[in-house]
Amino acid sequence: MRLTISHETVYRFNPPMRGVVQSHRLTPSQFEGQQVIEWQVQVDGATRGAAFRDGAGDWIETVTLLGPVSEVRVSVRGTIETRDLAGVLRGHRETVPPLAYLRPTIATEADKALRALASRALADVPQDDFLARAHALSAAVSAAIRYSPGETVAGTSAAQALAQGMGVCQDHTHALIAVAQASDIPARYVTGYLESGSDGGAHEASHAWAELWIEGIGWIGFDPSNECCPDDRYVRVGSGHDAEGAAPIRGVAEGTGIEAMEVDVRIEDANSPGNQGQTQQ
Amino acid sequence: MLSRTAENLYWIARFVERAETNARLLEVGARNALIPNTGGGYRNDWESVLQASGGAVGFAEKYGDIVQRNVETWMFFDRDNPNSVASCIEKARENGRIVRTALTTQVWDALNIAFQEVQVFARTERSRLSLSDLTDWTLRTTALVRGSALNTQLRNEGYDFTNIGHYLERGDSTARMIDTKYFTLLPQISFVGSGLDNYQWRTLLRAMSSNRAFNWAYGGDIGPPKIVHFLVLNRACPRSLISAVEGANDHLDRLARAYGRSGPAQTKVRAMVGELAEMQVDDIFDEGLHEFLSRFIGDIADLAGEVHGMYLSGDVR
Amino acid sequence: MFDADAVRAPYSGLLDWSRNMPQELRSLKQNEAEALFRRIGITFAVYGEGGSPDRLIPFDMFPRVFQADEWARLERGVKQRAKALNAFLVDVYGRGEIVKAGRIPARLVYQNEAYETAVCGIVPSKGVYAHIVGIDLVRTGPDEFFVLEDNCRTPSGVSYMLENREIMMRMFPGLFQENRIAPVENYPALLRRTLASVAPAKCDGTPRVVILTPGHFNSAYYEHSFLADMMGVELVEGADLFVEGDFCWMRTTEGPKKVDVIYRRIDDAFIDPLCFRPDSMLGVPGLMNVYRSGGVNICSAPGAGVADDKAIYTYVPEMIRFYLGEAPILKNVPTWQCTKPEDCKYVLEHLDELVVKEVHGSGGYGMLVGPRSDKATIELFAQKIREKPWNYIAQPTLALSTCPTFVEEGIAPRHVDLRPYCLVGENIDLVPGGLTRVALTEGSLVVNSSQGGGVKDTWVMAE
Repeated sequence: MRLTISHETVYRFNPPMRGVVQSHRLTPSQFEGQQVIEWQVQVDGATRGAAFRDGAGDWIETVTLLGPVSEVRVSVRGTIETRDLAGVLRGHRETVPPLAYLRPTIATEADKALRALASRALADVPQDDFLARAHALSAAVSAAIRYSPGETVAGTSAAQALAQGMGVCQDHTHALIAVAQASDIPARYVTGYLESGSDGGAHEASHAWAELWIEGIGWIGFDPSNECCPDDRYVRVGSGHDAEGAAPIRGVAEGTGIEAMEVDVRIEDANSPGNQGQTQQ
Repeated sequence: MLSRTAENLYWIARFVERAETNARLLEVGARNALIPNTGGGYRNDWESVLQASGGAVGFAEKYGDIVQRNVETWMFFDRDNPNSVASCIEKARENGRIVRTALTTQVWDALNIAFQEVQVFARTERSRLSLSDLTDWTLRTTALVRGSALNTQLRNEGYDFTNIGHYLERGDSTARMIDTKYFTLLPQISFVGSGLDNYQWRTLLRAMSSNRAFNWAYGGDIGPPKIVHFLVLNRACPRSLISAVEGANDHLDRLARAYGRSGPAQTKVRAMVGELAEMQVDDIFDEGLHEFLSRFIGDIADLAGEVHGMYLSGDVR
Repeated sequence: MFDADAVRAPYSGLLDWSRNMPQELRSLKQNEAEALFRRIGITFAVYGEGGSPDRLIPFDMFPRVFQADEWARLERGVKQRAKALNAFLVDVYGRGEIVKAGRIPARLVYQNEAYETAVCGIVPSKGVYAHIVGIDLVRTGPDEFFVLEDNCRTPSGVSYMLENREIMMRMFPGLFQENRIAPVENYPALLRRTLASVAPAKCDGTPRVVILTPGHFNSAYYEHSFLADMMGVELVEGADLFVEGDFCWMRTTEGPKKVDVIYRRIDDAFIDPLCFRPDSMLGVPGLMNVYRSGGVNICSAPGAGVADDKAIYTYVPEMIRFYLGEAPILKNVPTWQCTKPEDCKYVLEHLDELVVKEVHGSGGYGMLVGPRSDKATIELFAQKIREKPWNYIAQPTLALSTCPTFVEEGIAPRHVDLRPYCLVGENIDLVPGGLTRVALTEGSLVVNSSQGGGVKDTWVMAE
């Protein structure tokens, strides 16, 4: 599938800030499932530098603006060719050992309820069928947390989301990581884009899902929000231990200004007319 | 030099000078309060001291009525007053600790001992401390810090930032002290030139340790024009506004030469020197003494802002 | 080392010196030493130990002495260990050969709290992660040294090594004329050279080295400022640095100056809010990106802590054999990991003869010294171990060597340990000396300053 993406994030500061530093993880991953035709990240008035590929294979760039800064506009535009690999992250170069993804963060720490969810999900699955175990965990998370925007916030942990029984893709992903790690399966947070077409089945153009390490196969994506594994509608961008670690943009502004953020993401099938997009505030 | 180091050196000098100003203001107040109340009265004298120190509002909030003892407490001991002698000494010493390696042992010892002694004062029964004990101690201590810096610090950029802080604060402080006269005399313009008026001017000179110097320079004939000339325009007077501005100018020049670039701070200070050099006493009275002093205090604040922007903020590219 | 009147050779002369010192002179000198310490403002707290910053650490005037040949062996052992620890770090953040070879359990490394995935794949300049390695040693016999723990992050206390010597030389110049004592005063210069030698490849010209401190409220601020002064480098706080383009810059009165090597005295978690703790006010936003893209070097490297973990410690002799193909010169103290059921069982059965430590503890806190504890304390510890076995390790109580020490009644033996500071850059250097800590309470084995420990000057006799 050939997808075109435009992703604009605008930060406004009042009063203006003394300076802004951002770390960007905004360039699609390189693996067999996707090939970048063209890709551009633009930030007006910024100094860019300190770019590198990190141990998890993500391309990272650093952006700084010298104050007074009242607005930062990050524009991402690109076209990418994707292929359905049934969620398997084949041909991805990385150096972080999978076992390092067994350590939880505050967001993915499994409490009693999450542990119980994990053991219930795996009760009837054979110990050695690693793939089936992963599917069972993902399905259990989908069932336990209903998709419902606005019920959780950026800082909501997996345990809190499960207690509420509601959340968005971030909460699903954190919960899946938590139950996977509790079941001794390395797991991580993945961010990217999702083209959901006109059927309205998918939820967010800017999306997140989990990857679980399956012995004998490697990293495989699971999207509990959409109860599937990533296919050619998904564009993988970056990963981390949790939403914060995988965030496309991490930034610090120096000053006392109040920050407001606006995000606009559009993704469309380059070969078919019609588009879908959404704005988050 | 690290901007933060420069900033600390600059503020050490400002705090030390500010502590000294407070002691001198207390002395003005105490002496003026010794003469009889003739329209204006004792209270007014203390109020002018508080006004000049910039702490009148804070004082009113904490103590209400103006009583000498409370003014002394507020201006010497009170940690709620960011400009009290104790606060200034404490902050100067803390800034010194941060840049300990940029100070000579003598300067550090002077600051550190001053800090220890303030702690001792704070624990001493107040009845055993006279106002002159406190003001004498402050003048002696600040002279020791300043003298140690002049005598022992390396003549590098840090020395310039120390001096710039010193001169800016001194210009500001002299202007504020002259302004106390404005506050005490304003309600009764008829007193100008009277014995009371002259007595208050004398007190001012005395508080600036300039009483005798003035006699030598002006033949003992006192009067507002001469005193204003002495304290504003006379380069021979170490506390005059022109001495302070020229001092700042010298050190900003040194920095411009050392760094090979000049900027808004140099432009500003040169304009101030130029104005004062051309000025006559009559110009000051035509503008109005208070108006002139307020403008000068504003100029000093602007200059401090430029120094901060150019050197101390670290934002310069 | 000190048995009735039989002391080892290097001490016999000193014993005469101390015995011939009249009581009045002794207290005079002791007061003088204290006044000197107070004057220079050297503070009590050794990093991680807490304590009031205004208290003085007790200084014992009786020096600890090593003979040249004893030291030579110790030096080889320390350097060997420092080399192996660095090889281990490069390996576990790279190909992980030692894990693949099954010489150390993968989970112990990769699930370790101190294992930092943000630096995976990075080989720092000259392949060094831990540039200052402090190795805590005890002696149990003439030629027997045991390593208690390794410190690969930012071992503190080196200012004591330098100041203790300075004060001894001022007070007893005669001793230094009679004895040929190897100097330690070139440590700051050596440290600076070591740090400059690991400047990133992108640095052309003379590398600018800075020390990054959490600030003047930190208990070890004195040491940071002392070292910066002795090294002739700037002491910076996070707010003095910023990132722009490919580099890290320092805010100066003349505009930005590029910084090449940062000797940081802040913990990993605080280095960069964009990479680690987002609430850190002590670090520099974007610094890790500049580090990872090769624009600056951070010493010690973030993630170096995985090598000095108490659980990893057990495997250091294995590292020496694996990476260097050598036999370890310094011994490890045999250690039982309570996380292993059979070890845990043994520990619980022998608590009265063991020393139990928390895996991530420091400062002598959270520690049980079995032979010196009453039944109630032991029972309490047994309870803790049963609850969180993974949090504890146990070691036998060693017959620690003692060193003559000034006490109330005269001279008496007291237990000591030693921390030499090994510098790893282009070269590996060890200055002949270190920090000797002494347990001032009779019979005590705890040398931490927060628990009644003091310090001594450490002498290495020149050949």
